[in-house]
Amino acid sequence: MSAVTEQVRGNPALHDCRDAFTRTLEAMAAVNSDIVAVCNDSVGSSKLGGFKEKWPERLINVGIAEQNMVGVAAGLANGGKLPFVCAASCFLTGRALEQIKADIAYSNTNVKLCGISSGMAYGELGPTHHSIEDFAWIRALPNVPVIAPADSIETAAAAEWAVSHVGPIFLRLSRVGVPDLFSSDHKFELGRADLMREGADVTIIANGVLTHRAMFAADLLSQSGIAARVLNMSTVRPIDAEAIEKAARETGAIVTCEEHTIFGGLGSAVAEVVVDVHPVPMKMLGVPGIFAPTGSANFLLDEFGMSPGGIAESATRLIDKKA
Amino acid sequence: MYPEELAILANRIRRRDLQAVFEAGAGHIGGEMSVADILTALYFHTMSVDPENPLDPNRDRLVLSKGHTACILYVTLAEKGFIAKRDVATFLKPYSALNGHPNRVKVPGVETNTGPLGHGLPVGVGMAKAAKLDAAAWRTFVITGDGEMQEGSNWEAIMAAAQFKLDNLTLIIDHNRLQQGARLAETINMSPLSKRLEAFGWAVEEIDGHDMEQLCSALSPETVTLDRPKCIVAHTNKGSGISFMSDRVEWHHKVPDAEQYRQAARELGEASN
Ligand SMILES: Cc1ncc(C[n+]2csc(CCOP(=O)(O)OP(=O)(O)O)c2C)c(N)n1
Ligand SMILES: [Mg+2]
Repeated sequence: MSAVTEQVRGNPALHDCRDAFTRTLEAMAAVNSDIVAVCNDSVGSSKLGGFKEKWPERLINVGIAEQNMVGVAAGLANGGKLPFVCAASCFLTGRALEQIKADIAYSNTNVKLCGISSGMAYGELGPTHHSIEDFAWIRALPNVPVIAPADSIETAAAAEWAVSHVGPIFLRLSRVGVPDLFSSDHKFELGRADLMREGADVTIIANGVLTHRAMFAADLLSQSGIAARVLNMSTVRPIDAEAIEKAARETGAIVTCEEHTIFGGLGSAVAEVVVDVHPVPMKMLGVPGIFAPTGSANFLLDEFGMSPGGIAESATRLIDKKA
Repeated sequence: MYPEELAILANRIRRRDLQAVFEAGAGHIGGEMSVADILTALYFHTMSVDPENPLDPNRDRLVLSKGHTACILYVTLAEKGFIAKRDVATFLKPYSALNGHPNRVKVPGVETNTGPLGHGLPVGVGMAKAAKLDAAAWRTFVITGDGEMQEGSNWEAIMAAAQFKLDNLTLIIDHNRLQQGARLAETINMSPLSKRLEAFGWAVEEIDGHDMEQLCSALSPETVTLDRPKCIVAHTNKGSGISFMSDRVEWHHKVPDAEQYRQAARELGEASN
């Protein structure tokens, strides 16, 4: 059992965010008949079974054909529909990247790209199925906000927000169980980091399945007298530059944690702001630029130094480097 | 090996695959059972490969494009001697070379890494073209799923293979009529596969993909048409060999419970005797 699973043992409620996502999608589809779901033989893995049952004609399954899937979604949006493309993040972003660039981003199409089972959620299925480049790929494109919610509540809030937002988005969801972190009335705001915990010695910035690990790390740090600030930076683009600048100025050291390669993801996005406004020591935790060995997502996150203890250790070492 | 012996071996491979999936608690058993006979015929009848020299430049090449059925490839490679039989027990374990999709960097005998569907055939076209450039005799075989044929990349490769007259390339489509979530007919129907391939300039043969005699004959070099790539449409059953899995979509990646495991093992054991 991974360290983090052990820590939340007292709090047994770990949620698969796909459930919150499809619950919300169905609730919105019930009142907005323009909403359609587009998928690639992924009805089960995207948990679209309920949607299909209720609105079989609004579930558009193009088969195992991701490039077509994204193109079709762009056309549906042109015809006045509100497509939610629901597919394994690795194939959605990897296989259809040029369709995303030209048909969605450049054409500025109102399509919601929902990358399911992102990060290393597919664990033992291996690097072909890991989606640990998607922050980098999609955030390189203009017009497409990149969002990785941290729990079920934020997932539901972001999905609801997606309907009201006109324009493309990339919503990056996991299937790895996470505890609830937000209160049920949480509202999602694009480009705003959530201050999860106040602290002045160091800041830990995380998103997705890493946010609760960061909070456990902050607990551990407080036991050794270190006050860590924790920011949930679910929006990777547009990034909350203000919160980052404040963290740099007030805490003087920043650790970033992400279920993504350290090349071009959340850590890079944070560093782009830090070097510009107020350089401070940083440590970027993530997949260290390799194809991961065989293992589950939680196992691999621990292996890559992102157990709560691992994060705390990186934070402690970073504090020593503060000016 | 005679067809009868091959059939017995295929069931032994199925049996070992079943155990590996059961013990690992994950795998794609339906498509593994459907491709078992095809892999067995290739490795123990048709292909010229040497486990002692897995990178022999003159070896025949096999690409398992439906990489989600990696487990049964591992079992077959172990049976052939490319990897140790005991390694199969590490399937999906931390740091094992045997993850859920084949990796050529870690597993001798694997030619290219697959997992995302629709990659194997383009790579196979490149292999066959390389052999042509060298006027070499080795052959290239690619196995795809039938749902996988929905990927457009396959059809780009199909056009190229015909244009390049790659009669040293054989595509075997594991035509079990099921994909991940439903029947092909209810998703994107691909039939008739043979007419489509013929229209693209390929020589096509339709066979019972669980009949060793038909497999061996269709795979043999004598049945190749000069200047044409060959497609074998292998009619199969997903979950073949295990009664309660056969032709049932939910067994794409379901894992048998202990009772189901016992029954499946019994059925395969009896078939191998
Ligand atoms: C590009 C891509 N999209 C989606 C998947 C997920 N997936 C894995 S297996 C599968 C179904 C494959 O069906 P088929 O090709 O018929 O294989 P078989 O029936 O032999 O298992 C799907 C959709 C994938 N591996 N790659
Ligand atoms: Mg199939």
